[in-house]
Amino acid sequence: MKIVYTDVLIIGGGLAGLRMAIGAKRRGHEAIILSLVPAKRSHSKAAQGGMQASLGNVIKGQGDNEDVHFEDTVRGSDWGADQRVVRMFVNTAPKAVRELAAWGVPWSRVRKGDREVIINSQKITITERDEAHGLLAQRDFGGTKRWRTCYVSDGTGHAMLTAMADQAIAASIPVHERAEALALIHDGGRCYGAVVRDLITGELSAYVAKATAIATGGAGVLYRVTTNAVICEGIGHAIALETGVAALGNMEAVQFHPTGIFPAGILVTEGCRGDGGLLRDVDGHRFMPDYEPEKKELASRDVVSRRMEEHLAKGKGARNRFGEHLWLDITLLGEHHIKHNLREVYEICHYFLGIDPAKEWIPVRSAQHYTMGGVRTTPTGESPTLKGLFAAGEAACWDMHGFNRLGGNSVAETVVAGMIVGEFIADFCDRSENDLDISTAVVHDHLEREQARLDAMLAGRGTERAGELRVAMQQIMTAQVGIFRRGKDLERAVEQLQALLVRSRNIGVRYQAAGANPELVTAYRTQKMLRLALTIAYGALVRTESRGAHFREDYPRRNDADWLKRTLAVWKNETDTLPTLTYEALDVKTMELPPGWRGYGAKDYVDHPDTAARQKEVDAIKEKLAASGRFAVQETLMPYEQLLPPRFRGRNERIDERF
Amino acid sequence: MADDAAHRTLTLQILRFNPQEPGSTPRMQPYQLEEADGMTLFIALNEIREKQDPSLQFDFVCRAGICGSCGMMINGRPGLACRTLTTQLPPETTLAPLPVFELIGDLSVNTGKWMRHMSERLATWVHMKRAEVDLGRIEEAMEPELAEQIYLLDRCIECGCCVAACGTARMREDFVGAVGLNRIARFRLDPRDTRDDAAYYELIGDDQGVFGCMSLLACHDLCPKDLPLQTQIAFLRRKMVVAGLR
Repeated sequence: MKIVYTDVLIIGGGLAGLRMAIGAKRRGHEAIILSLVPAKRSHSKAAQGGMQASLGNVIKGQGDNEDVHFEDTVRGSDWGADQRVVRMFVNTAPKAVRELAAWGVPWSRVRKGDREVIINSQKITITERDEAHGLLAQRDFGGTKRWRTCYVSDGTGHAMLTAMADQAIAASIPVHERAEALALIHDGGRCYGAVVRDLITGELSAYVAKATAIATGGAGVLYRVTTNAVICEGIGHAIALETGVAALGNMEAVQFHPTGIFPAGILVTEGCRGDGGLLRDVDGHRFMPDYEPEKKELASRDVVSRRMEEHLAKGKGARNRFGEHLWLDITLLGEHHIKHNLREVYEICHYFLGIDPAKEWIPVRSAQHYTMGGVRTTPTGESPTLKGLFAAGEAACWDMHGFNRLGGNSVAETVVAGMIVGEFIADFCDRSENDLDISTAVVHDHLEREQARLDAMLAGRGTERAGELRVAMQQIMTAQVGIFRRGKDLERAVEQLQALLVRSRNIGVRYQAAGANPELVTAYRTQKMLRLALTIAYGALVRTESRGAHFREDYPRRNDADWLKRTLAVWKNETDTLPTLTYEALDVKTMELPPGWRGYGAKDYVDHPDTAARQKEVDAIKEKLAASGRFAVQETLMPYEQLLPPRFRGRNERIDERF
Repeated sequence: MADDAAHRTLTLQILRFNPQEPGSTPRMQPYQLEEADGMTLFIALNEIREKQDPSLQFDFVCRAGICGSCGMMINGRPGLACRTLTTQLPPETTLAPLPVFELIGDLSVNTGKWMRHMSERLATWVHMKRAEVDLGRIEEAMEPELAEQIYLLDRCIECGCCVAACGTARMREDFVGAVGLNRIARFRLDPRDTRDDAAYYELIGDDQGVFGCMSLLACHDLCPKDLPLQTQIAFLRRKMVVAGLR
């Protein structure tokens, strides 16, 4: 029995995982990162357009601060987010972007003086301030009141991940590449690490750690059309679910990005629209202002994706040999802008579509993009039900995104959560009561169980093919648990997925090598993915309202009276075919921003009984403290700073808010 | 819909070898499949694995040409498989793993291990003036043009195509390759890095480094990200000659 001991085991080598490891290591704790692929190939890499942080350097960002970022994020979430966590996030985001600047990320910078930009399809000239020259630049993104998205051309995630991974190398943090966590080791109350499979040799070993953190990103591959990388199969979510103790939060909240290239689903950044790109229909008509006069193309992603599908349903789609789509037009931005600020978009169009986006329109359609749900944690990043288990980034639900994430808030979250949770992991490891006291028998049991599962599949007696089950699952998810959801479809989806889950217990593999074996990998992952798919579909069926990205045609209104609550899913028994759902109410009485209209999308919603009273209270406090400044108002409305690690407290300097 | 009759039958000749499997020997194995609209090697290889041969090993992650996982020899030239459209290929295509790197099996090679080793050896991170920065303060300014120049070199995806295409790398196991030299060129540009040319000379001022390059420059021609490797290596060599003479 091979056992590796460490203080901190990080599952996932993307931005969140790397930053947590760096934080823990700086505090004197040994960390090992497990990664399916070399860390620099993680899906964090694919973030193109940028990272939100309220620096307010550019003139169109002037007046931006934590308060504006906070409100945008909460509205974006359709009031599903934990507002304290959003506050922690918006206050740390400027620190995160500045830390990365010091670590070498070549952020695009402000050039003083006049420049031409496209706003609402008009060419206008704006003038950047002298004192902003050389500071980090920001671009416009959906659902934001100010230009807030810091960027590195359109290779932001790539540049961030390169710098972060190099910092991890500088800190001598080992990354065990091509290693996959198959199961968490736990005794029902405390997590002790994971059973890990070497994807080259097939060997299983146990990694035993004081603290275990899941940072495995999203679960897009549950869907047929997704912008996610092929490794984003939600296995981190699934192994937490399979403990039967840790809960997943809000899994039915799945984001669809408006501009996946059609039909491959490869992402082209929201920066295209942020920089002035337009959506057009079969007639070349710019249709978004018809639906969303306020924000037009730059409403939040859930809203734009729905409007696009709505417009397609009216027969306004263009058509190519693969089916119906709409057009993204960035020709008006000009070749120079595209080749400098939208390079990856240019390359993707060139290689995959054979077109020049400076001259031709890009065929687009919505594609699954982001998993708002994840391993439910407290604001410290720890599971409230399984001690020693942490999670951060897309795989987690500490809940800053609620039911819809804003563009630019994902890479920002990965780094911010990595910073914050990394500190709390170090605190956890510092406390002597958290020293390891695990019996090797528990480790041995977990290892044997996983080995037995693999052996059973390899014995080849099963008659089901994992690949077929997976394709069936992806079809169901895209067709019935997609952008527009209906009770009947969801019921059928749940039944069909349950049948697939039962069939998956009889998977056999044709190729029986115990070592590197892609078919075996597909087999064991498919079983896990089916549980996750059911958690999404069942959660969507039970939630009889529409909120953020979760849209029910049969319940089109947001219903705060009945549904201002977070879904928690636990998979109690291995033989179950459905998760057990419970709900955690959000407390309107403590909200800094009580529920209201988002500023885009539907204006029609059912109020929570506490909303009016809280709104009155908030208005009174704002009026009373109007002369005391924004920090005093904020602290009175909803104190949060005590939740941050001491290291990351404190204000953020800006050109207009000098220290 | 496109006319099915117009679709070609493609033959992919794939180099098969699994070092993990006792008795496995390198061999070419042909696979035939029908070409489809918009088909890339990513789609083709997955179809073969799904329908014909579950044992076939290859690596894809982003399938969008940005992560660098899928470098392989495509008709003898290194390239990214995910963004290679089959329409650009003849009816018969040969696929082989990238040379130089440790073979995992079939088309899968361990570029990650090689790149980590290179990064450790060349210390490919910004060597900061102070270990800690005050994160509450406004960031240090940088000229916009300089930031863009650094980004141009920072676009490297460590796919290994330059190493696979390199004459020196075939002969010298310890050569840092264009990928390594480009990293040094990038940090040399960056005012946030405190290292000077004398320090860089210690890292690359020998035959394992910049003086090992024979200027064949296939790296430049084959870089999937079109990095300006030729000028960067030439420039670095001049600077290192000067540093060496001091």
